[in-house]
Amino acid sequence: MVPIYYYLILSAILFSIGVGAFLIKRNIITIFMSIELMLNAVNLSFVAFAHHWHQVSGQIFVFFVMVVAAAEAAVGLAIIIAIFRTRSTLNVDSVDLMKL
Amino acid sequence: MTGSLNLWLIPLVPFAGFLVNGLIGRKLPKVLVSAIALICTLIPFLQVAKIWFQFSSITTPYIEHLGTWIWSGAFHADFDLQLDQLTMVMLLVVTGVGFLIHIYSVGYMAHEEGYWRFFAYLNLFMFFMLTLVLSENFLLMFVGWEGVGLASYLLIGFYFLKDSAARAGIKAFVVNRIGDFGFLIALFLLIARFGTLSYHEVFAQITQHPEWQGGILTAIALFLVLGATGKSAQIPLYVWLPDAMEGPTPVSALIHAATMVTAGVYMIARTHVLFDRSPLALSTVAIIGAATAFFAATIGLVQTDIKRVLAYSTVSQLGYMFLACGVTAYSAGIFHLVTHAFFKGLLFLAAGSVIHALGGEQDMRVMGGLRKKIPITFWTMTAAVFAISGIPPFAGFFSKDEILYQAFISPNSLGKTLWFIGLVTAGLTSFYMFRLWYLTFFGESRAAAHEEAEHAAAVHARSDTKLVLEAEHAHPVHESPAVMWIPLAILAILSVIGGWLGIPSAMGGHNEIEHFLAPLLGSPAAAANESSSLTLILASVSVLVALTGVLLAHILYKAKPELPAKLATQLRGLYTLLLNKYWVDQLYGAVIVTPLLLFSRYILKALIDRGIIDGAGFAAGTTTQGFGAIVQRVQSGNIRSYAGWLAVGAAVLLIAVYFGFTAHFSPQ
Repeated sequence: MVPIYYYLILSAILFSIGVGAFLIKRNIITIFMSIELMLNAVNLSFVAFAHHWHQVSGQIFVFFVMVVAAAEAAVGLAIIIAIFRTRSTLNVDSVDLMKL
Repeated sequence: MTGSLNLWLIPLVPFAGFLVNGLIGRKLPKVLVSAIALICTLIPFLQVAKIWFQFSSITTPYIEHLGTWIWSGAFHADFDLQLDQLTMVMLLVVTGVGFLIHIYSVGYMAHEEGYWRFFAYLNLFMFFMLTLVLSENFLLMFVGWEGVGLASYLLIGFYFLKDSAARAGIKAFVVNRIGDFGFLIALFLLIARFGTLSYHEVFAQITQHPEWQGGILTAIALFLVLGATGKSAQIPLYVWLPDAMEGPTPVSALIHAATMVTAGVYMIARTHVLFDRSPLALSTVAIIGAATAFFAATIGLVQTDIKRVLAYSTVSQLGYMFLACGVTAYSAGIFHLVTHAFFKGLLFLAAGSVIHALGGEQDMRVMGGLRKKIPITFWTMTAAVFAISGIPPFAGFFSKDEILYQAFISPNSLGKTLWFIGLVTAGLTSFYMFRLWYLTFFGESRAAAHEEAEHAAAVHARSDTKLVLEAEHAHPVHESPAVMWIPLAILAILSVIGGWLGIPSAMGGHNEIEHFLAPLLGSPAAAANESSSLTLILASVSVLVALTGVLLAHILYKAKPELPAKLATQLRGLYTLLLNKYWVDQLYGAVIVTPLLLFSRYILKALIDRGIIDGAGFAAGTTTQGFGAIVQRVQSGNIRSYAGWLAVGAAVLLIAVYFGFTAHFSPQ
């Protein structure tokens, strides 16, 4: 039986990597991936707690998060394509205007 | 009494005329503009005449309720019109004289710019004046009161491109405002004391409590007097009326002689129930009246502008009316108001006719010898001059004598003094009126010599505009057209016979006007045991005084025309004092206007407005801007910096939770 804090530590590490990458990276796609990483880190802790407390609600939350992540991916990728088409770059530092 | 009297028609028809002429008059031909204005004044006059003929069958006061204006708790002010004897007299004067002056204006203003504007304003004035006299409560009266002030302002400043006219309009408005302030305070006091502004409710309360004397009633009455002194040009607020002569002459006749300026007298007569309870207020009115009558008459002695002489004469005659009200002879005051409307309206219109004949000349020093050239104007003006000078049997004699008689027999301890001042003033009045008469109509024309001098000066100055003016000026002296002299003739007849309404019984008359007004204004206590010999003696004395004035004027301005100049040099001090109108304008300027302007400029404008109010605004603006400049750095547009702030925020929250700042989140 793996103790719950193993999962939580792993989740925290994954989340921190996600936050760090989100802050450091300039490429939009990398940033996007780091967001996914954070979401999945949270998913991991949800599942871990669900198992630990024998509560099914945690797992259901995970499904919701996945659905939201999928929708977000669809919208996010569309925005990325739009940005790339108008600016020919994926560097977020050059995307500092609300205007396209 | 059958059916409604439709009092509402009387003010509203002129208002309709104002709307039509004011809104589309600019595009209408002059004939149509004058037709609208005349019809909209004629209809009220016919309506008033109709009511007059059925007056005996009307139970007075007849009140017409048109709607509720303000209704707040127990207090309510309604659109109520009222008809009683006093209103009836005022209505006849206002609509009758008003209509005549409208007719006259058609001729007088024929060549003026802004013809439609003039008639729109005149109709507006009629609307407000009729509202003033018809109202059944103080508030509606105040509406009319303010409205006539507005119309007066608009008409004084009718030639608004002329600087002096614009200034005169503003002066009239501002000085009237001081009086209106007093009126307003009186209204508030009335509401506070009686809880109503309706005449009959206020007067009923006072009548039910004979023990109420002085106190707040005096305060109300004195504030009303302040209002009246503003509107009726009495000391200390008379200064605007002489300047108001900048307006077209029909305006001076209608507003500044016959109707509007008598509103103060009307108001005191209307609220006499209140004044009767306050001997102090009555004495104030009487003293103000007598002082103004004398003071203005002395200024009138030396003025050279024909309209200014008449203006000071108006102030002086209004003083008589105040004097009458002050000795509780209200009906005598109203009687003088009526005859004054006839003869002073006529004097102004005739003066206008003279000015018209001379192409705009108002200075009496360059008139003279007009008797043969404009005979109709001469004869009508003669009637008015005799009337105002109090020569029997012209109108002014009876009304002025009634006032002097009432002052003489007044129980007021000042009665005899007031009578004496009034008597001297009567002498002054006849002097300056005959001075005007002789200077204008007799002797040789002084215009030619004057014009030559002007012409030479103009050529010398090579002023083209001046030459054009001279060319206009030089057209031959001509009698006014019929549309102008017919009103003159009607008013002349009224100036002759108007006084017969109030022939005292001692002279074989019935004093109809006093009996007519008696149910409302009451007969002065002494009227019952009127002593006929006293009446006759006093009348003879005042006729003698008036004739002395005439004689003096004759000697100075007809028999020995070189004498006035000599007198002026001999009495240089007095002459300068009078010529400069006692320097009252300068005094007001130095004591009130200049300090007020300085206070406004340096304290209110520079310190309060610029410093504090603007300063506070600027301070708020700069603070916001500075704070914004700092905070806007956060909004860099850089996504990673936003993310960084987000992370920092989340970290701070986590740390807070970790260290136990969870009070708000714990479910408990």
